Amino acid sequence: MSAVLDHHDHGHDDHHGHAPTGWRRWVFATNHKDIGTLYLLFSFTMLMVGGVLALGIRAELFQPGLQLVNPELFNQLTTMHGLIMVFGAIMPAFVGFANWMIPLQIGASDMAFARMNNFSFWLMIPAALILVGSFFMPGGAPAAGWTLYAPLTLQMGPSMDAGIFAMHILGASSIMGSINIIVTILNMRAPGMTLMKMPMFCWTWLITAYLLIAVMPVLAGAITMTLTDRHFGTSFFNPAGGGDPVMYQHIFWFFGHPEVYIMILPAFGIVSQIVPAFARKKLFGYASMVYATSSIAILSFIVWAHHMFTTGMPVTGQLFFMYATMLIAVPTAVKIFNWIATMWQGSMTFETPMLFAVGFIFVFTMGGFTGLILAMAPIDIQVQDTYYVVAHFHYVLVAGSLFAMFAGYYYWSPKWTGVMYSETRGKIHFWWSLISFNVTFFPMHFLGLAGMPRRYADYPMQFADFNMLASIGAFFFGFAQVYFFLFIVLPGMLGKGEKASQKPWEAAEGLEWEVPSPAPFHTFETPPKLDVTATKVIG
Amino acid sequence: MIKSIFNKLGGTLLAASSLGMSAAHAVNDLPGGPAVNQFNLHPAVTSIAAEQAWLHWFMLIICTVIFVAVFAVMFYSIWKHRKSKGYKAANFHESVTVEIVWTIVPFVIVILMALPATKVVVAMKDTTNADLTIKATGMQWKWGYDYIKGEGEGIGFISALDATQREMSNNGGPKAGEIVDDYLLKVDNPLVVPVNKKVRIITTANDVIHAWMVPAFGVKQDAIPGFVRDTWFRAEQIGDFYGQCAELCGKEHAYMPIHVKVVSAEDYAAWVGAEMVKLAAKADDPTKVWTATEIHARGAKVYAANCAACHQVNGKGAGPIKALDGSAVVLDADKGKQIAIMLNGQNNLAMPAWKQLSDTDIAAVISYTKNNWSNQTGQLVQPADITAAR
Repeated sequence: MSAVLDHHDHGHDDHHGHAPTGWRRWVFATNHKDIGTLYLLFSFTMLMVGGVLALGIRAELFQPGLQLVNPELFNQLTTMHGLIMVFGAIMPAFVGFANWMIPLQIGASDMAFARMNNFSFWLMIPAALILVGSFFMPGGAPAAGWTLYAPLTLQMGPSMDAGIFAMHILGASSIMGSINIIVTILNMRAPGMTLMKMPMFCWTWLITAYLLIAVMPVLAGAITMTLTDRHFGTSFFNPAGGGDPVMYQHIFWFFGHPEVYIMILPAFGIVSQIVPAFARKKLFGYASMVYATSSIAILSFIVWAHHMFTTGMPVTGQLFFMYATMLIAVPTAVKIFNWIATMWQGSMTFETPMLFAVGFIFVFTMGGFTGLILAMAPIDIQVQDTYYVVAHFHYVLVAGSLFAMFAGYYYWSPKWTGVMYSETRGKIHFWWSLISFNVTFFPMHFLGLAGMPRRYADYPMQFADFNMLASIGAFFFGFAQVYFFLFIVLPGMLGKGEKASQKPWEAAEGLEWEVPSPAPFHTFETPPKLDVTATKVIG
Repeated sequence: MIKSIFNKLGGTLLAASSLGMSAAHAVNDLPGGPAVNQFNLHPAVTSIAAEQAWLHWFMLIICTVIFVAVFAVMFYSIWKHRKSKGYKAANFHESVTVEIVWTIVPFVIVILMALPATKVVVAMKDTTNADLTIKATGMQWKWGYDYIKGEGEGIGFISALDATQREMSNNGGPKAGEIVDDYLLKVDNPLVVPVNKKVRIITTANDVIHAWMVPAFGVKQDAIPGFVRDTWFRAEQIGDFYGQCAELCGKEHAYMPIHVKVVSAEDYAAWVGAEMVKLAAKADDPTKVWTATEIHARGAKVYAANCAACHQVNGKGAGPIKALDGSAVVLDADKGKQIAIMLNGQNNLAMPAWKQLSDTDIAAVISYTKNNWSNQTGQLVQPADITAAR
C-alpha cells in the first residue's frame, strides 16, 4: 500500500499550502486535483475546437449548394469534429472528473500512480496538436469519417497516418488513466468504504475503466492494420489484395459500441449523485443501479453489429444483434426509473446542477428511445446513415454526456474553486443550452426519416428548411458554451463570487463534502475514520 | 386494421404539421423522392417499405406512450414534491418488488416489439426467386447497372448525376426563383425496372464502400468492393423513385444519386428492345482507326461524363486535382505514360483507375485531352494502343 503513495511530498508538505508554484506545478503535476483541472481545461478547449468544426459544417449546410467549403473540406470537418469530440473532449473530461473526485470520494490521498497520471495527461497534448495540425498537412485532414472505414482510409493522404498516430497516443493515455482509476478504487479506499457503499460515480467509473482497458487495444489493432495496409503491403482490409473491408467494421465496432457506454456510464454516475442531493432523499435502489450499470457494460460487448445492418449480414446475424441491442433497453430503463423514484416524494429544489440532471434524464431518454427504434433492423435499414442517426447520437452524447458534465461542474465547482457560481447565470446557461440543443437536433429526426444521408455537403431542396433551423440552433448552442466559459467558469477560476461553504448543498452526501472548500492541495493524507454509511468522517 | 389506423394517424399528423411550416425556398414535393419538409418515411411502394413504416409507427406510439407516462410521473413529482411547497422528504430507498416489476415489464415490452420485427427481417432477407437480377456497382462517384438475369439481360450502363446540377451545386445551389425539384437527384440514365416484378439487386463496388438506397422501396444495401451482397424489391407502383448513396465514399459522396424508373410490363419490354438496338449499334470495333474529328467528338463526351467532375470542364483541375491543361504527362510525346495512368490510376487512386471504360473510350478521351485547351500535340491515340497496353 505505502509503495503506491507519494512519499516525496510527505516530508515537507505536511501542512497545506506548500504546493509547487509556477509552470512546474502544472508540467510536473502529480497532484490529482491539479491533473483533474488540467484534464478539464484541456477537454473544454477541445470542445471549443470541435465546436468550431461543427459550426463550419452547419454553416455550409445552412442553405443548399456549396457556399463556404468544398466537399473535400466538408468531409474533413465531419471527420475531425467526430474524432476531436469523442477522443479530445468527452473522454478526457470524464477522466478529469475522475481525477478530481474519485480520491476525494473514497477518502484516498491521491491517485495510485501519480506520475503515470501526469504522463497520461501530457500525452494528450501532442496527440491533440497532431490531430488539429493534420488540417495543415498536404491534402488536408483525414476525411474518411470518424469511423475511419476501410478502404476509404487507404485513399487518404499523409494526414491519415498522423491521425492514426494521434489515436494510438490517445489510446495509450486512456489505458493508463483507466489502470490508475481501477487501482485507486480497488486499493485505496478508506477503511469502512466497502465497494457497495461507494458513491455511484466511483462505481460507474470503475466499470468504465474496465471497458476502456478491454476495447482501446481493439481500436489500436484496427488502426494499426489500416496503417500496414496503407504502407507495408498488407491486405487486411484492402479488397484489391483479398482483404475484407467489412472485417474492419466488425473490429471497429467491437471497440465502438463499448466506447459509447464509456462516454455515458460516468454521466450516469454524476446524475446518480446529484439527483439524491437535491431531492434530499437517498438514491433509490443503489444495488440495482450497480447491477444495471454492470449489465449495460457486459451487454455492450455483444451488440456491435447493429451499426452494420446494411452491410448485408445473414438473417440470424441481424436477428441476434437486434435482440441483444433491444435487451440493453431493460437495464437502461431501470436506471431511469430509479432516478425518478429517487425524486418521488423527495423535497426537491432546482439549483443548476439539478436542472441539468433533470434535463439530462428527460432529453437522454429521448435519445434512448430513438436508440430502441434504431435497434429494430427493418427500421434501421431505412434510417441507417441518415440524419436520424445523427440526431440519435447527439441526443445521447450532447444532451447525455455533456449535460451530465455541466451538472457535475455546477455541483462540484464550489469544492474546486472555493466560490459559488452565479445561480442566475447557471440557469441562463441551462435553458439556453436545452432549447438551442433541441432546435438543432430535433429537426434532424425528420431529415433522417425523409432520407437525407449524413456526411452530405449539399442536399436536395426539400430538406432546406429543417437544415436552416438546425444551423441556427447550432450557433445558439455554440454561443451558450462560450457564455458558460466566460461568465461561469472564468469567474470561478479567478475566485470571484460568494465564498462556498464546506458543503454548499443541504443534502449532499459523500466524503468530498467533509473537506473544506476549496479542497486543500492535500486531502486525506491519513486514512479517515468513517461512519457506518461511509459518507462522513468521524475523527 | 391497426395498420390502417396508423396510416391515417400518420397522414393527419403530417398534414397538420406541414401547415405550420412555410417553404422558404421555392421547391415542390418530388413524387418518389423527398417532399418539402417531410416529417416521416417515404410513402411505401413495396410491401417491405409498408411493413417498415408500420413498425416505425408501432414503435413510435409505444415509445411515446411510455415516455409520456414516465415523465408525467417525474413532472408530477417535480410539481408536488418540492421544498418550496414545504414537502418533507420521505425515507424509502429500496423495494425489491418494485424493482423486479420494473425490470420484467420493460423486458416483456421489448419482446413484444421484437416479434413483428423478426417477421420483417426474415422477409427482407429473402432474395430468392427473383424475376430480374441487376448488378449495381458503386464507383467514385456514380452507379453502374448491369442486367444480368431476366428480361433485358446484357444491358449495362453507367448512371451519374446530371452535370449541370453538379455545376449548380458549386455555384451555391439553385438561384432564387429557380425551381429544381430534383436537385441532386437527376441522373443521365435512370435504372428501369418493370412494375410488380421481384427485382434482385446485387451490389458491389469498384473502389470504396458505397450504399444503394431507395427509401420508397425500403431498400438500403452497402456496395462493398471485393464482395457481393444482395437485396430485393417488388415495386407496386409505376413512377420515378429516388435515393442517394448512403455510405461515405469520398469527396463526391453527395453527388451520386439513384433514380429508379418503374414502368409497366409493356413499356419495359419496349425499353429493353430499344436498349438492345442501341447496344448493337454502340458496339465499337476495337480495331477501327479513328480520324481526329471523330475521336475528338467522342472524347469530349467521355470527358464530360467521367473526368470533368474533378479536372473541370476547362481542364485546370482544382486544389489537389491536377490540371490536364498544360500537364507534362498529357503533352509528353510518349503516349504510354498517360495510358498507364488511365488504366492503373495514380496517387493511391486519388486519380482512379479507368480500366472499366472501353478501349475506344479511353483512346478517345486521351486523344481529346492531348488536343484540347492549350494542349495541341496533334497526337492521336487509337483503341488498338489501349488494347496493347492492357
